Amino acid sequence: MSIFEYNGSAVVAMVGKNCFAIASDRRLGVQLQTIATDFKRISKIHDHLFIGLSGLATDVQTLYQRLVFRHKLYQLREERDMKPETFASLVSAILYEKRFGPYLCQPVIAGLGDDNKPFICTMDSIGAKELAKDFVVSGTASESLYGACEAMFKPDMEAEELFETISQALLSSVDRDCLSGWGGHVYVVTPNEIKERILKGRMD
Amino acid sequence: MSQSSVDFPPKGGFSFDLCKRNDMLTQKGLKAPSFLKTGTTIVGLIFQDGVILGADTRATEGPIVADKNCEKIHYMAPNIYCCGAGTAADTEAVTDMVSSQLRLHRYQTGRDSRVITALTLLKKHLFSYQGHVSAALVLGGVDISGPHLHTIYPHGSTDTLPFATMGSGSLAAMSVFEAKYKEGLTRDEGIKLVAEAICSGIFNDLGSGSNVDICVITKGHKEYLRNYMEPNPRTYISSKGYTFTKKTEVLLTKITPLSERVKVVEVAGEAMEE
Repeated sequence: MSIFEYNGSAVVAMVGKNCFAIASDRRLGVQLQTIATDFKRISKIHDHLFIGLSGLATDVQTLYQRLVFRHKLYQLREERDMKPETFASLVSAILYEKRFGPYLCQPVIAGLGDDNKPFICTMDSIGAKELAKDFVVSGTASESLYGACEAMFKPDMEAEELFETISQALLSSVDRDCLSGWGGHVYVVTPNEIKERILKGRMD
Repeated sequence: MSQSSVDFPPKGGFSFDLCKRNDMLTQKGLKAPSFLKTGTTIVGLIFQDGVILGADTRATEGPIVADKNCEKIHYMAPNIYCCGAGTAADTEAVTDMVSSQLRLHRYQTGRDSRVITALTLLKKHLFSYQGHVSAALVLGGVDISGPHLHTIYPHGSTDTLPFATMGSGSLAAMSVFEAKYKEGLTRDEGIKLVAEAICSGIFNDLGSGSNVDICVITKGHKEYLRNYMEPNPRTYISSKGYTFTKKTEVLLTKITPLSERVKVVEVAGEAMEE
């Protein structure tokens, strides 16, 4: 079994028209036993920047705490929020520092940059950035997610349509993965509001 | 938290504090994760006015294509570019690091960077990590002493060549070069030959795919032709797209309105006086 399959996870982010959506499943397991059905994988860094972390749950929480620490320090020094591109470089550097003994998680970063232009990116566990213009996926359900997103994604979707598309892609992919699921957690962010929704999914 | 991770700013270089824990997990039977690799076909050749570099654009994670359009030609200096194959994080980190060192060196010396400088910095770094930093590079550029093309292997050995290929598609590309390369190619002939070599890698090697990127470097001028050729377009998209008539069931909705950020404008006034 791979280390990523110890806890199970699924995270996906998609780009829309001046908005983005990031979604994850809610299961926390220990191999095949489910421990929790409300595990938070997506965290807010600031109003226009979210990070979703898949992989080993302990590293998810530790890495998130380190990143919040670095961002708060940045806010104190620069008196402003970090741009998504800068944050992605920061995460990449923190992960590459541990190249030979890595954090066992794969981040998905989504944010609104200058001019409300949406930015998404994912990385492998040692910080190799993969910037995409449409969608990024990570987690044990990633192979199904690639297929579902490739088929369902359309460019320039508005917030409501983007929510429907990302939810359908997430739920259909986690239904085909034993280790992730038990509902979904979706954030849709536009320049004026953050809409957080909990989805009803199959609880098996 | 252990003392080392609260150390800010970090001292640079690699940190090995999670190695013991990861080894323990591996011994318990959990396999280590696979890294993003750039399966790759990268090539370079010297033509009459300079150097042409070419690369495909597929990044793989095991057998899955993780990125259909990644950039494998990295900037090192205004007159030097480097293509990278191997573990993606390693090629990016190593080329970024040497690019910064070259810029500092340019500020110190006041001269344009030489390709041999980049070569020496890269090979010293890779050799010191004994091949564990898995980056195979094709470095090319034009400096004061003319056009140069080098290959660098993950263990730190280098070659200086008139035409070079690296990556999993290197054999496919090299066969094209060996058949058709000649000295004194013009710019258009060179670009055509590089595109042909990359296409041969894209179509015959499973680790390479998608589009062709080309970079032409001549004395005092460079041209980065991103997605010069796109021989694999998506032609099967249905124009209707997906529409979901039955809505997703939502258990809970929470809306956080974001207020307009207040802009603080400094009024040019005088300093306060007692």
